[in-house]
Amino acid sequence: MPVIKAQDLIKTLQPGDVLTLVATDPGTLQDIPSWTRVHGHSLELAAEQNDEYHFRIIVR
Amino acid sequence: MAEQKRAVALISGGLDSMLAAKVILDQGIHVEGVNFFTGFCVEGHTHAIRKKKQQNPKRNNALWVAEQLGIKLHIVDVIEEYKDVLLNPKHGYGQNLNPCLDCKIFMVKKAQAWSFMQDNGFDFIITGEVIGQRPKSQRKETMPIIARESGVEDRLLRPLCAQHLPPTLPEREGWIDREKLFDFHGRNRKPQIALALQLGFTDWSQPAGGCCFLTDEQYSNKLTDLWQARGSREYELDDIMLLKVGRHIRPQPHYKLIVGREEGENKYLEGYKNTFISIKTTSHMGPLALIDGAPTTQDIEFACQIVGRYSQGRDAADLVYEVRFPDGETKPITTTALPIDALDPSWHV
Repeated sequence: MPVIKAQDLIKTLQPGDVLTLVATDPGTLQDIPSWTRVHGHSLELAAEQNDEYHFRIIVR
Repeated sequence: MAEQKRAVALISGGLDSMLAAKVILDQGIHVEGVNFFTGFCVEGHTHAIRKKKQQNPKRNNALWVAEQLGIKLHIVDVIEEYKDVLLNPKHGYGQNLNPCLDCKIFMVKKAQAWSFMQDNGFDFIITGEVIGQRPKSQRKETMPIIARESGVEDRLLRPLCAQHLPPTLPEREGWIDREKLFDFHGRNRKPQIALALQLGFTDWSQPAGGCCFLTDEQYSNKLTDLWQARGSREYELDDIMLLKVGRHIRPQPHYKLIVGREEGENKYLEGYKNTFISIKTTSHMGPLALIDGAPTTQDIEFACQIVGRYSQGRDAADLVYEVRFPDGETKPITTTALPIDALDPSWHV
């Protein structure tokens, strides 16, 4: 679900916009980087902190 | 120069859909993948919950396949619409609670609807279906049913078994060279594996029983139990996600426990502490458990004893438990763990 939420949010953004995502699903550490590669967005941050997973994506 | 044709591929993350998309990509077609999230998918985040399964890659195979193919993958939430497919399958159920033929019709139809919503549109749809691969949905007789009832008709191409089927529009129009498609059939996977190696793939996912929890007997039993206990065949996403996690123990018709089996599941269940009553042993190491239903005070104490059975204090004279209510109120309870012979095996859902 975090991937779907990110995907649907990014559709509303413009190139250059930044999406910050915080998830509790450990699978996101694999899925969000994979999804950003597939769609050509830039992943500036993917980190685990206190059982939360933080991402910073620049929309391309 | 002729305009490049565009195809939507249904990508489950398994080998067949990966090969089908690759075969069409290699014919110069622009391919994008769609993957439908029903809530029952084996893919998605549940693969990451349990530490026990860490020998398997934690990846989402549909995304991984898209990366291997170099195509975009669009993941579409169909949780609400899928309820009608599961609850009222026109063609009945296949293995366990899997409405497989209706599911395939639904997904092909949704793929077409999705393609209509995109800017440039798509010319046809491809799937990794193979005649004879699945006893209910992938038979020679069901192939035209899927094409007809989805409304996609002859814009539905199955590259892996196309040579057993009448030519589709992309073949008749010359967008696709039918001679470069395949005649796979049956449950033998050797032709697919040979093709994968020929195409340069060295890794692929082959989930046992397919990519859907509804093919799983134990999961289907849990879902049936949920419906029976509620007196209604309704469900929400959280209901069906929780059926994938923990031991489900129903001592009484009006409540059940969901007991974490290891750290990953306990963490996952933590996320539901504001929705359900939860129990944890505080005097000994033990699992986190949720109570689903409407337990009485006595039931909660009994539920504690069951949870104690799965803790390291199972043989201790007394265990201390913390019962937490959804509003955050907590209550300590001291009692023993249930003796092993008092845990009725029939309570395990």
